[in-house]
Amino acid sequence: MREDRRRGWRWRDGAARWGWSRRGAGGRQAARGVEAAAARAGEAKAPVVTVALAGNPNSGKTTIFNAITGAHQHVGNYGGVTVEVKEGDLRRGDTVIKIVDLPGTYSLTPYSPEERVARDYLLENPPDVVIDIIDGSNLERSLYLTCQLKELGLPLVVALNMADEMKKKGIRVDVDLLSRQLGAPVVPTVGTRGKGIRKLLETAGEIALGQSVGPESPPVRYGAEVEAALQPLTALASAGARETLPGRAGRPVPARWLAVALLENEAEALPWLAEHPAREAAGRQARQARQCLQSLFGEAPETLLAEQRYGYVHGICRAAVQRPAQRRIELTDRLDQVLTHRALGLPIFAALMYATFYLVFRLGAAPVGWLEAALRFVGERVNLLWPAGRVDLLRSLLVDGVLAGVGNVVVFLPNIMLLFAAITLLEDTGYMARAAFLMDRVMKWVGLHGKSFIPMLTGFGCTVPAILATRVLESRRARLTTMLVLPLMSCGARLPIYTLLIPAFFRPEHQAAVMYGIYLLGIGLAVVLARLLRSTLFRGEAAPFVMELPPYRLPTGRAVALHVWQRSWLYLRKAGTIILGFSVLMWALTTFPRLPEERRRGLGGAERAAAQVEYSLAGRAGRALAPVVRPLGFDWRIATALVGAIPAKELFVSQLAIVYAVSEASAANGRSAEATVGPTAGIAAVGKGVQQQDGPSGGLRQQLRASYSPLVGLGVLVFCLVATPCVATVAVMRKESGAWGWAILQFLVLTALAWILALVVHQVGSVLRLGVF
Amino acid sequence: MKTPATLDELAPGRAARIVGLRGHSPFKKRLLEMGLVRGELIHKVKLAPLADPAEYILKDYHLSLRREEARDVLVEPVAAGAGAMEQRA
Repeated sequence: MREDRRRGWRWRDGAARWGWSRRGAGGRQAARGVEAAAARAGEAKAPVVTVALAGNPNSGKTTIFNAITGAHQHVGNYGGVTVEVKEGDLRRGDTVIKIVDLPGTYSLTPYSPEERVARDYLLENPPDVVIDIIDGSNLERSLYLTCQLKELGLPLVVALNMADEMKKKGIRVDVDLLSRQLGAPVVPTVGTRGKGIRKLLETAGEIALGQSVGPESPPVRYGAEVEAALQPLTALASAGARETLPGRAGRPVPARWLAVALLENEAEALPWLAEHPAREAAGRQARQARQCLQSLFGEAPETLLAEQRYGYVHGICRAAVQRPAQRRIELTDRLDQVLTHRALGLPIFAALMYATFYLVFRLGAAPVGWLEAALRFVGERVNLLWPAGRVDLLRSLLVDGVLAGVGNVVVFLPNIMLLFAAITLLEDTGYMARAAFLMDRVMKWVGLHGKSFIPMLTGFGCTVPAILATRVLESRRARLTTMLVLPLMSCGARLPIYTLLIPAFFRPEHQAAVMYGIYLLGIGLAVVLARLLRSTLFRGEAAPFVMELPPYRLPTGRAVALHVWQRSWLYLRKAGTIILGFSVLMWALTTFPRLPEERRRGLGGAERAAAQVEYSLAGRAGRALAPVVRPLGFDWRIATALVGAIPAKELFVSQLAIVYAVSEASAANGRSAEATVGPTAGIAAVGKGVQQQDGPSGGLRQQLRASYSPLVGLGVLVFCLVATPCVATVAVMRKESGAWGWAILQFLVLTALAWILALVVHQVGSVLRLGVF
Repeated sequence: MKTPATLDELAPGRAARIVGLRGHSPFKKRLLEMGLVRGELIHKVKLAPLADPAEYILKDYHLSLRREEARDVLVEPVAAGAGAMEQRA
C-alpha cells in the first residue's frame, strides 16, 4: 500500500533542510521510501502531503491545529469552532503540507452530521498520516477512537495532549510502552503552549513518507467467537470493497475495518462495498453473524465489540499509565459546585448572559462612533470635493450606494468582534456545555436538546454560523427545528434597525426596556414555534441527551484572537461582496428610471429626491406592496425599505434613509438635490446607543417621528425581528437542510408570522388607543 | 449481589457499578462508546437545577445524561465513599 503513495520524493529534499530525514527509526521503511521515491523522481510537481487531525471533542485538537498552522489557515465556510473540514497549509522546502482539522468525534460510528464529516473524510480521502490527538487527562475514552483509527489502517501518530494537565493530576505515562502497545509513535504535547508541536510534525512527516513506521503491534482482538464471525466477513469485505472512491484511487477500504463495521451495523457499512453481488452477500453474512453472536452471548454484537475495545484500552492503560490512588478534587469540580449549583446555577447563567450583551453594546459604542465619524467625514469630503454637476450619477453611486451600504455595515464591526469574542470565550472555557446542561430541561419541554441552546446563543451574533453550529445535533428533526427557528434569535445585523427606531419613537426611560423586550420576544417566539414544530411537522425521534461536560480551561488569547479575526474577516468580506453588490443594486433601483425633467422643476432639494425615489423602480415596488402592509400601519416607504432589507437586515436603515432623502450634507453645503440623497448621514448616528436621542441621524429620526406613531414604530420593530431571514441565511439553510424547500418554507413562514404579529400589534394598539397620535 | 437498579434511581453523591445497558435504541451504542460498559464505575455528582439532566463522572470525565437515558443503564450500587474516589485497579 505504501508504494501507492504518489508523492514524497521531494519531501525528502525539503525534509533534509528541516531535519526530517532521520532514518534510524525505521531503516527498512526508509529503504522502501527511497525506492518509491526513486521510482517517482521527476513525476510529481508540487508534492502535497496531507495530515489529518482527529480526536475527541475537547481534546485540544483545534488548539494544536492553530499551533501548527498559525494564521495560515482558511475556513471554507462561515462556521463555528470546527464545523466543516478546516484546512491549513504549511511549506517545508518544496513540499506543501496540507493540515486538515477534522471535527471532533468520539468514535467512527457517526451520530451527528459533524461526526459523519470526520468519518467520511478519513474513508474517502485517506490522508498520508493521521495525527490522533488524545487528551492525557482523559486517556481511556480518548483511546477508544484510537482503536478504531488503528483498524482504518492509516499511518498513525498519537499526540498525547494536555501533558501539563496530566502532570497536575499526577498521571504518569510510560510513553515508550504506550507507543509499543498502540503500534504508533506517541508524542507528548501541550497544545496551548506549543510544546511538542515540532516533534509531532517531524514524526508525522517521517511516518507519512514511510521513513519510519510505528512499532509493530497486533490489531485489537475481539475474542474467539467474534473473531470467528469476523473471518468470513473480512474475506467478503476484501473481495467486495469499493475501489472507485474518488480519493482512494486503488486503495480499497481496509477489509478488517469493514468487517468490524458490518458486524456492528451492516446498514451503515454496506455502502462501502461494491454493489451487487458483494453487497448482498456481505449483508446476508453480517445479519447471520449478528444473530449468531446475539444468541450466544445474549448481547448485541456492538455491545461486545465496545466492551472488548474498552477492555483492550484498559489493558494498555494498566500497563503504561500510573495514576494516583485517589481522584483529586479539581478546579473544574470546584467551579461546578457554584456554576451548576441547583439554586445558583440559573441566576448566574442569566446574569452572565445579561453582562455579555451589556458589554458587547457598551464597549462597542465608542469605536462604532469613531467609525461612523470617519464614514461621515469621507462621505462629506466626496460630496464637497466632487466637481459640481459632473458625472453626478457616479458621485451618487459612490456616496449613496457604496459608502452608505457598505460603510453602514462596516461601522458595526466592533460590536460583531465583541460578540464573537464573548461567544468564543463562553465556548472555549467550557461554559457553553454548562449552559446546555442548565437549560436542557427547558429545551426538553420545547422538544429540543440542551445542545440546541449553543447554536441559539451563537445566533445572537449571526444566524449563518449558528445554522452551521447545529451540526452537533444528532437528530435530524431536532436539527431542522433548531435551524428553522434560529433567525428569531435577534442577530447583530438587526441592531442598527433597533438603534435607529427605538430612540425615534420611545422616551429615553423606556428605550432599554423596549430593546430587551424585542430580544425576549424573539426568544419567546422561537420557543413557541419550536414546540409547535416538534409536536406537528417534526414529531417524534426524541433526541437523547448524552453530553460531555469538558473540564474548564483557560482559553489562550491567541485562540480567541484568531477566532475573532476569522469572524471579522468573513464579516468584512460579506460587506465587500454581498452587501456591496446589493447596495449598488438598491441604489440603482432607487435611482432609475430618472424623474422626468418637467417633474423635477419647482421642487426643492429634499422634495426632488423624495419624488425621485417614489418614481424609481423601488418606489413603484413599494407602492405596489403598500396595500399588503397597510393593515399593519406601514406605508409605501416602509414597504420599500423592507423589500430593500431582504439581502441583509442592515440595509433596512439605508433604505429608509434613501427613501426619506435625509442628508446632513444638504444642510451643510446646500448643494443640488441629487448630491444629497445620501443615507450616510441618517445611518451615521445609529448604534450610538439607545440613549442617544438626536444625533446626526436626528434628521431621519425626526422625520420618522413626524410621519409615524410609536405604534407603527413598534410594529416595524416586531416585523423586522421576525420577518425574512437575509439571503445569506436562506442560502446556508438550503445548503445545510439539503433542500430549497426548507429554506423557502422558513422564509415564507417567518414573513407571514411577522405580518400577523405586526397586524396584531397595530390593530390591538389602535383599538386600545395606545401609542397613536 | 443486589438486584440491578437503574442509574436514574441512584442518589446524587453515590456511586454504582454498571452491569449492563437495556434497550435497543441506536443510542445504546453511543452510551457504550462513551464508556458506559459493564464493570465500569459511575459516580452521580448532582442534578441540574431543574432536576434533569444529571451530571456523572466516569472514567476520567464528566458526563451529562437525561433521566430517560439513565433509566436504560443497569447498575449495582457500591458502598458510599467509593465511586469515583475509589482506588483504581
